Amino acid sequence: MKHSQEATMNLSARCPVCDAFITPEEELEESEILSCPDCHTMLVVDGVDSGAIRLSEAPQIEEDWGE
Amino acid sequence: MTTLALLHSTIRKEEKRLIRAAGKRNIDIKNIDIRKEIFNPENFNADFDLALQRSVSTSKGTYATAFLESLGIRVINSSKINQICENKFLTSLRMIEANIPTPKFALVFEIHQAVQAVSELGGFPVVIKPATGSWGRLLSKINDKDSLESVLEHKSVLGSPQQKAFYIQEYIPKKGRDIRAFIIGNELICAIYRESDHWITNTSKGASVKNCPLTPELSDICTRTSEAIGEGLLAVDIFETGEGFKVNEVNHTMEFKNSEEPTGIDIAGQIIDYCMAKAGHPMPEAFNGLERFA
Repeated sequence: MKHSQEATMNLSARCPVCDAFITPEEELEESEILSCPDCHTMLVVDGVDSGAIRLSEAPQIEEDWGE
Repeated sequence: MTTLALLHSTIRKEEKRLIRAAGKRNIDIKNIDIRKEIFNPENFNADFDLALQRSVSTSKGTYATAFLESLGIRVINSSKINQICENKFLTSLRMIEANIPTPKFALVFEIHQAVQAVSELGGFPVVIKPATGSWGRLLSKINDKDSLESVLEHKSVLGSPQQKAFYIQEYIPKKGRDIRAFIIGNELICAIYRESDHWITNTSKGASVKNCPLTPELSDICTRTSEAIGEGLLAVDIFETGEGFKVNEVNHTMEFKNSEEPTGIDIAGQIIDYCMAKAGHPMPEAFNGLERFA
């Protein structure tokens, strides 16, 4: 189990799909979903390494997802 | 200091708001991505006092909840609540048992029985839904026998085993809206109208949201529903009919990002406050997997 308290406000990332710069407007949590401002791909925060935010494409919605 | 575990899969806006609400209250919150955990009862280190289950995956959340409860940890919502709410047929049965108004329904496994069931429910149109599912997906409004047979054949051939249990509900004309009521600890805290020209009024399907005033009648059916399901965090979908309110379904991992602004209610904050109030209270009888909901 991990705390997800990385300081991400001053970091940036690149969209893995379109390579656009993404600068978070607030602190990000590991596993958080966000949208690329350029290509609008849904992305997920995999973590923070060496001062960079790692992003990948968010998982696809599955049959058992919901409320 | 009480430590609250936030069980999650992806972190959505709701989970962000919960984390922020906990931070404002100086509550020690531990984010646990259940997808990355090993639920081994021999060595699992549960260094928290209670858990708030917020996995978007219903099945994963159910497993995580049952596991932690087996270790004696309170999880909000409980396995008992999960079992009822994640299955529309079980929810409907609970409403009938508790004398809470709900649309007429039936469950069948064969097309021939479906035709008979429709007749018993008062004829077409009817709604066919997966017994397990959310966000208004895979709902079918069936207007005639031809459509009924076609849809059920597709579900029989193409669907998972869950899709082959045909939950049939009478169609309720909603006049463009339904009500989503938010209940925390048996208390109705706020409600929204979900408005749409489409017969499916989920916000995930594009329905717009506005505040729904709380009335004694609405509060009464919500409190009774919560007492029937179990005390926790519930989002109840309600139809307005000529016979009064009817409970359509109950959600146990409520989404609320579209509801705080129109209602003016800090739903995330109230959820956190509720969790902390429950910390240290005796846990209800653990769900053993075989116990019928009561």
